[in-house]
Amino acid sequence: MSRKTLLTSKEIDIILHRLACQLIENHNNFSDTVLIGLQPRGSFLAKRLAKLLEEDYQIKNLQLGLLDITFYRDDFRRRDEPLEAESTQIDFLIEGKKVVIIDDVLYSGRSVRSALTAIQSYGRPENIELLVLIDRRFSRHLPIQPNYRGRQVDAINEEKVVVNWQEEHKKDAVYLVKKQ
Amino acid sequence: MSLSTEHLLGIKYLNKQDIDLIFKTADHFKAVINRPIKKVPSLRDITIANLFFENSTRTKLSFELAEKRLSADVINFSASQSSVKKGETLIDTVNNILAMKVDIVVMRHPNVGAGVFLSKHVDAKIINAGDGTHEHPTQALLDSYSIREKLGSVKGKKIVIVGDVLHSRVALSNIFALQLQGAKVKVCGPTTLIPKHITSLGVEVETNLKKALEWCDVANVLRVQNERMAINYFPSTREYTQLFGINQEILDNLGKKIVIMHPGPINRGVEITSDVADSDQSIILNQVENGVAVRMAVIYLLAQQIKR
Repeated sequence: MSRKTLLTSKEIDIILHRLACQLIENHNNFSDTVLIGLQPRGSFLAKRLAKLLEEDYQIKNLQLGLLDITFYRDDFRRRDEPLEAESTQIDFLIEGKKVVIIDDVLYSGRSVRSALTAIQSYGRPENIELLVLIDRRFSRHLPIQPNYRGRQVDAINEEKVVVNWQEEHKKDAVYLVKKQ
Repeated sequence: MSLSTEHLLGIKYLNKQDIDLIFKTADHFKAVINRPIKKVPSLRDITIANLFFENSTRTKLSFELAEKRLSADVINFSASQSSVKKGETLIDTVNNILAMKVDIVVMRHPNVGAGVFLSKHVDAKIINAGDGTHEHPTQALLDSYSIREKLGSVKGKKIVIVGDVLHSRVALSNIFALQLQGAKVKVCGPTTLIPKHITSLGVEVETNLKKALEWCDVANVLRVQNERMAINYFPSTREYTQLFGINQEILDNLGKKIVIMHPGPINRGVEITSDVADSDQSIILNQVENGVAVRMAVIYLLAQQIKR
């Protein structure tokens, strides 16, 4: 299995700051905006961005939720391994709010489609945007595109984008792994 | 993780990992049913038939609600309004229903082993919603889930099952489920309503209600099933209530707060008084709420095994 580094921790840090600034540009003080990280992988990015916005850009009362989409997926019985649910932590209503869905990698778009369905269980948002760290171009199964992207990547189906976070792997990094 | 069994025919076919997985999944569904929109689309392409050859209110409603919360298509069948009355066999009835492309059958039947019999003859997932006086697995699962929710865990807890154990499928499933999770179980009731060889299941028999309640953390009170009694098992309902009915006075004299459970429907004033049933020690309504979440988990986990 060969592994190529797509982003180093320094590059990820620069990208996170850029994404935070882009969010501020569109959402000002976030009074009408909520961030929703998709469980499990998107929650790391969402938490990191929220921390950055609060500590480096002095955004107060930022609302961050974590959404599990397991029960909304359309590949429920089409996988070799059964799906295991994570917890959903959204302790606020999203009625009339601007929602930013956050995930680490945008590939087929099916997870985001599931998230769009799942989010409706918490109210009717004013609008929904999508933020991803990695956008795998030319891999989409659905007409879904991100509003904010960290890096666009051209990868073939035999390759997998692996995102490592400091919280889990002691170092931030993004790799392109070739499946054997 | 997935269930080790293809059907849910009884607790005796499950292992500890299965129960843990069902509870973990039920936790997620409990969150779902407490949301503003209480529905997930997981089972959109699954059809479930509820076959009730015996009367049921709570279990039938609970299963139907669980299925609809999972977005499954549901058909209901009740024996009293069906061709069973015309002499159709169980297999013919079920095969006719399966010909309508049904994936899961939830069945309640007066005969012991009906679910096992069906699982060997038809190509569908079978969930036993009660077979005679044998097992009622989802009731036992929701009972354990409710104890776990109230007391933190089932392991090491002392549970007494009080009342008509002889005619109860809830009792047997509960004994299996509680022991599997490391609880200590006693049964308490008139000797006429305690099965002869029940101690071979590793449970103790206590015929003194006060002693049983002093020993336990949880009392699961069973309904006196008059409809299954062809003979008199005790002289009178009044005497039964005096000796085995739970009232607030008995509970107040224990010197500790025990948890009161009841699978329903309650004979108020017979096995349990209204003030006890409605007290803060009772988790009867929690059991009903948890029933939907636990049944959603069971159906979801079995549906995961269906490959298209």
